[in-house]
Amino acid sequence: MAGSKEIRTKIKSVENTRKITRAMEMVAAAKMRKAQERMRAARPYAEKIRNVAAHLSRANPEYKHAFLAKRDSVKNVGLIVVTSDKGLCGGLNTNLLRLAVSEMKTWESQGKGLMVCPIGNKGFGFMNRIGAKVQSHLTGLGDTPHIEKLIGAVKAMLDAYVAGEIDAIYLSYNHFVNTMKQEPRVEQLLPLSGEQLGTSEGNWDYIYEPDAKKVIDELLLRYIESLVYQAVVENMASEQSSRMVAMKAASDNAKSVIGELKLVYNKARQAAITKEISEIVGGAAAIG
Amino acid sequence: MAMTVHVDVVSAEEQIFSGLAEVVVVPGEMGELGIYPRHTALMTRIKPGAVRIKRPDQEQEELIYVSGGMLEVQPNVVTILADTAIRGADLDEARALEAKQAAEEAIKNRTSDIDYAAAQAELAEAIAQLRAIQQVRKHAH
Repeated sequence: MAGSKEIRTKIKSVENTRKITRAMEMVAAAKMRKAQERMRAARPYAEKIRNVAAHLSRANPEYKHAFLAKRDSVKNVGLIVVTSDKGLCGGLNTNLLRLAVSEMKTWESQGKGLMVCPIGNKGFGFMNRIGAKVQSHLTGLGDTPHIEKLIGAVKAMLDAYVAGEIDAIYLSYNHFVNTMKQEPRVEQLLPLSGEQLGTSEGNWDYIYEPDAKKVIDELLLRYIESLVYQAVVENMASEQSSRMVAMKAASDNAKSVIGELKLVYNKARQAAITKEISEIVGGAAAIG
Repeated sequence: MAMTVHVDVVSAEEQIFSGLAEVVVVPGEMGELGIYPRHTALMTRIKPGAVRIKRPDQEQEELIYVSGGMLEVQPNVVTILADTAIRGADLDEARALEAKQAAEEAIKNRTSDIDYAAAQAELAEAIAQLRAIQQVRKHAH
């Protein structure tokens, strides 16, 4: 019975692989629910802060913050790329990085310099490999990202923007549409455009304590951070759901491979039995 | 019934409080602020401390600790944008520096990565040569 032992070992190994992918699928499903919850939880803050920022940008014509002022010529561009820390999540990072690279090529063809801030291991490794200028980076966010960790990496980019080293900052991440669909995006982060903030009605103004400048500075900084945080949590939800789908596909695949292998194994067994019987019958006939 | 104002306390990571209040006491940067309904529009930074909210249906005041943030007051809405992280110009600066240094170090390490890859390529080449030599010898015998 040649080959039957090999086939048995192979079935065992595929079964083990399937066990792992099944487990990963379930873990990803549980984490996805939590990540979606976090995504929802972060929304009210972002909305509130956007409303206030929208109002401020209109109510205060005398003080123009650097984040709001559009620059005449854009010479250098900053790009914050949000990717996952871990792999095995389908084409999520590949798609995002492909989009980011195509944007980077357009900027390059326009003669613009580039500075990147990768968030997440995958993007960091990639940007290092292609030799992009990495201003700051952030990896190892874990399952619960905290805004505290983001502050440093984002500030390094914002400082470069305020200092005039870069004239625009873009943010690229995976937008979470639903469990089955995630959409890579590249959005402009700075300078903040009027449309992005939306409109606010009325032309009243706040009383500022201690003064308008300080309050607006702090508020806009928080607004930018909340946008980046939002991107990170959205990307994380995308990562988990993408991993879940990928692992489900892998488990299904393993199942069909096992089915095929079992068929081959049974055929081989059957053939061996038939051969044995015919040998016995042949032997008996020869004696008789 | 006493007049009430809608209060939202949100942080970047979660919604902490949302509901009606008769009065809100907030540790503002320039001093403690007691905000009643129909307060004029105001915006300030807040210091780390406790926000006290008096709800109409409860005797006890609700206490929420914030580690700083922003306060926005409109006649009918009070919004507290709470920080989850302890902030400060120096602290932020330190964090930015740290992030930058980490990136620079990683770039330095990248060269060693390249060396590693080059070494690996050389090794593979050497192994291939050895194999070729062995095969030639086998055929010669």
